[in-house]
Amino acid sequence: MDATERMMLSFTLNGRPVEVDVEPSDLLLDVLRNRLGLKGTKRSCDVEVCGACTVLMNGLPVSSCTTLAADADGQTVLTIEGVAQGGELDRVQRAFVEHAGMQCGFCTPGMVLATTALLNVNPKPDNAEIRHFLRGNICRCTGYIKILEAVKSLV
Amino acid sequence: MLPHRFQYHRPDNLEQVFELLDRYGDDVAPYAGGTELLLALKARVLRYEHLVDLKRVPGLKGVCESDGQIVIGALSSHFSLATDPIVKRLVPAYAALSDNIANIRVRVSGTIGGNLCFAEPHADPPAMLAALGASLTLRGRDGQRRVAMADFIEGEFTTVRGPAEVLTEVRIPAPAASARYAYCSFGHLERPAVGIAAGYCPERGTPHYRIWAGAIAGRPAQLRSVEDALEGVPPDKLGDVLAEAASAAAQELPAHDDLQGSADYKRHLAAVLTRRAVEQAAGLQPRRKAA
Repeated sequence: MDATERMMLSFTLNGRPVEVDVEPSDLLLDVLRNRLGLKGTKRSCDVEVCGACTVLMNGLPVSSCTTLAADADGQTVLTIEGVAQGGELDRVQRAFVEHAGMQCGFCTPGMVLATTALLNVNPKPDNAEIRHFLRGNICRCTGYIKILEAVKSLV
Repeated sequence: MLPHRFQYHRPDNLEQVFELLDRYGDDVAPYAGGTELLLALKARVLRYEHLVDLKRVPGLKGVCESDGQIVIGALSSHFSLATDPIVKRLVPAYAALSDNIANIRVRVSGTIGGNLCFAEPHADPPAMLAALGASLTLRGRDGQRRVAMADFIEGEFTTVRGPAEVLTEVRIPAPAASARYAYCSFGHLERPAVGIAAGYCPERGTPHYRIWAGAIAGRPAQLRSVEDALEGVPPDKLGDVLAEAASAAAQELPAHDDLQGSADYKRHLAAVLTRRAVEQAAGLQPRRKAA
């Protein structure tokens, strides 16, 4: 319970163990981008509304912009860089490509990870459940129809 | 990085939590899901020298049934409550409310205890928990006390929790099998401008109603005048009695202008949502005005 000025975190990141020392006030998003070089996770609204900074913590989506890096200690974190396996896009990524479920691509890492989490907890979501789960991921190119078509193709 | 550095404590048990809260007084904040606290720190609205992380203290998460009550650990996330089999079975309206808070990431990180203790007025759970007659357990070094949800929030961002107390559990009396609850809210942002919780609780054939308004004032407000007007009125006779009582009660609510809308607009919402929530709880089909 001792107070810490800096702390060493150990967690599983994209399937591999990682150790990184951080300050308690470091946000997970900054540690991922600036310390671990994983730039796929985006800062956008910075207030948990837009979903561009989505990562999965123990399989569920969180806003890394408003999560302390310390919260990852001992947990399992998945970022967009860990979704493809062996150089092959996974089925969610392929569905987004095949249905052109993106325009500028800035929201896409969050969309892919939110979709991955949705299918983890509910492998057969209906249209209303898809919209409900993805409601917090905002696309400012207004490309929702193609995104929804991509997700529906996975059900 | 957050604008201000702080020291981070991750105690293993409540005794350590109490000691830290006692030692650092005004310089310390309990830290749960962080969905509200971290935003306030980032915005420089709040500043603390110490955060005490409650998430790894055992025994503060999960739901169980005990002596006719649903006992919810304060560190339970909204997502876990939305999907919990006990909550879904015994208080489905509260599960549904939990499933509609903000967005999926906030529901996964945010906790019911944090939500109640932060006491942001534009929140969904307080009105519903008050309507359900919930009580909260506050623990401190010298023991524990129970506070009715109705008395817990004093005003905007203010509760009766003492600085060295921790909210450990929320207890909801299991509603009678014949009782039904509903929650109706509306807001153009992720938070409710107004949320109305209604309960339809028939006892020996006599209908009783419980109605609480949330978000519109600094603390949840019981709409007693509507409850009294509807006392004994069966669902199929609610009609104009409900509409008139809801409109009159809404005009009395201490609303004020803010980002969520003007006071007049929120009173209008309160009247409409009261009617809808009561009708839904009473098992009536949604009523729409003819175009």
